[in-house]
Amino acid sequence: MSIILDKVSYVYGRKTAYEKQALRNISLKIEDGEFIGLIGHTGSGKSTLIQHLNGLLQADSGGIYYNGRDIYETDYDKKELRSKVGLVFQYPEHQLFETTVFEDVCFGPRNLGLSKKETELRAFGVLRSVGLPEECWYQSPFTLSGGQKRRAAIAGVLAMKPEVLILDEPTAGLDPKGRDEILEQVASMHRELHMTVILVSHSMEDVARYVNRLIVMNQGSILLDGRPGEVFQYYRELEAVGLAAPQVTYLMHELQQRGIPVDTGVTTLEEAKESILQAFSGRTRSR
Amino acid sequence: MNFIEARKLVYEYIRRDEEENVEGITTALDNVSLSIKQGEFVAVLGHNGSGKSTLAKHLNVLLQAGEGTLWIDGKDAGDKENVWEIRKNTGMVFQNPDNQIIAGVVEEDVAFGPENIGVPTDEIWKRVERSLESVGMTAYREHSPNRLSGGQKQRVAIAGVMAMEPKCIVMDESTAMLDPNGRNEVLEAVMGLNQEKHITVIWITHYMEEVVQADRVYVMDKGKVVMEGTPREIFSQADILKACRLDVPQVTLLAHELRKAGIKVPEGILTRQELVEALCQLY
Repeated sequence: MSIILDKVSYVYGRKTAYEKQALRNISLKIEDGEFIGLIGHTGSGKSTLIQHLNGLLQADSGGIYYNGRDIYETDYDKKELRSKVGLVFQYPEHQLFETTVFEDVCFGPRNLGLSKKETELRAFGVLRSVGLPEECWYQSPFTLSGGQKRRAAIAGVLAMKPEVLILDEPTAGLDPKGRDEILEQVASMHRELHMTVILVSHSMEDVARYVNRLIVMNQGSILLDGRPGEVFQYYRELEAVGLAAPQVTYLMHELQQRGIPVDTGVTTLEEAKESILQAFSGRTRSR
Repeated sequence: MNFIEARKLVYEYIRRDEEENVEGITTALDNVSLSIKQGEFVAVLGHNGSGKSTLAKHLNVLLQAGEGTLWIDGKDAGDKENVWEIRKNTGMVFQNPDNQIIAGVVEEDVAFGPENIGVPTDEIWKRVERSLESVGMTAYREHSPNRLSGGQKQRVAIAGVMAMEPKCIVMDESTAMLDPNGRNEVLEAVMGLNQEKHITVIWITHYMEEVVQADRVYVMDKGKVVMEGTPREIFSQADILKACRLDVPQVTLLAHELRKAGIKVPEGILTRQELVEALCQLY
């Protein structure tokens, strides 16, 4: 089970003054169960790329294979693809529309043609798994807080039982606690429901903490692809394309330059703490 | 006299059903008092729904408090006569860059504000030039705004506000939708305006790192101001911040963790440089 992109290219506004090559020859293999971070500055092609993964946009050239099948074959069921690859857009709470949260979550599965019972069972399940308190379920989605609305919207996508969950900046505009809650929830869904997760983010600290593979885009191409620790080693290259490494990675580089033997491949606070403590305990022994 | 002087502001959002019966009342501002001096850089932190944006909208009279008094630049915001004068003096920049740019060319967008208040044409062009210069966007003067990056668009929005020659800018989560570079660009542009032109800045954000440079910080929780102080004072109280759904900058947290583990770095570290220096001295 995997998603394979083979030399995918896409141009916006072909033959107009606004013609822009959004994707250039992207080749990529996404394995089942991966937790991927996708980063890149505004306009680097991240959103265009993820819209190809569930067939919302069609490549001008190249192929996309979902579980071994070519999604551009004429008899390929795009509708099924979209239920398997769930896409949570930026500010998904703007898409809530039903009179209650529960009804909103039921909308997707009902459209799949599921029975009332199955639809409602799914809705109960996903509302619980996004951690939305029960007293919110039968309220109008518009009375919820920002973080709660976003959970409700994510629940709506989860109700389709996707195998792959793509989230486009799910934490934008949320307070720090709300940010942590949503990301913890996504991480636990990844662990427990064995979903493949692709997280588009502008927060280097967030991706460093959660993902096990990081893909960096620049001008429609893939610039770097690897474990966060490896990718953030190239912090100068990242800066050149409008990104950065997490604060602690810079800290470790600066400490090393000043002669404290710490690990510069560190990307999270916990790792940084361990590495600094180790350097300090090594010092006392050597004296 | 302080530039902004708020005394016990109360603002309630009242929800009504179809028959106009009151369904519920949310107190967005609950006895908020603030004093901000001309030229200060003041950050406002608070969880979603804590009342930050409601407060911001009071500062240029998009909303008017139900109770309490608000004086801005010596003018009573409760007096309808003063509304336009106050709006000219306190500009606002919002979260989404795409919602606040209206013209097809950068310079025309910047000229929109002064043109609306009847500034003579020569003077408009002078203002446009100065404003674009002040945010480092002169090179994009004749560009179309829709091809700019998020950070550049926000800087155009700031230039639009600057063209009104305000004494104060309110930035309501204006970096929330930007990539790291864009966030830096906008923060640097605004800090420049604060330092060089002594513009009073109210910086509302969810990014703790952006607050480190502020003169003072207010923390809001459920419509109330619960903390006030310098960034160092505020961020040394990690537990209270966490209870308010907030956080401390990553390096502050790391310094705190290292202290707990027995490395005697001083309390209240805010920046990477400070932590590097402290660790090098101890090593």
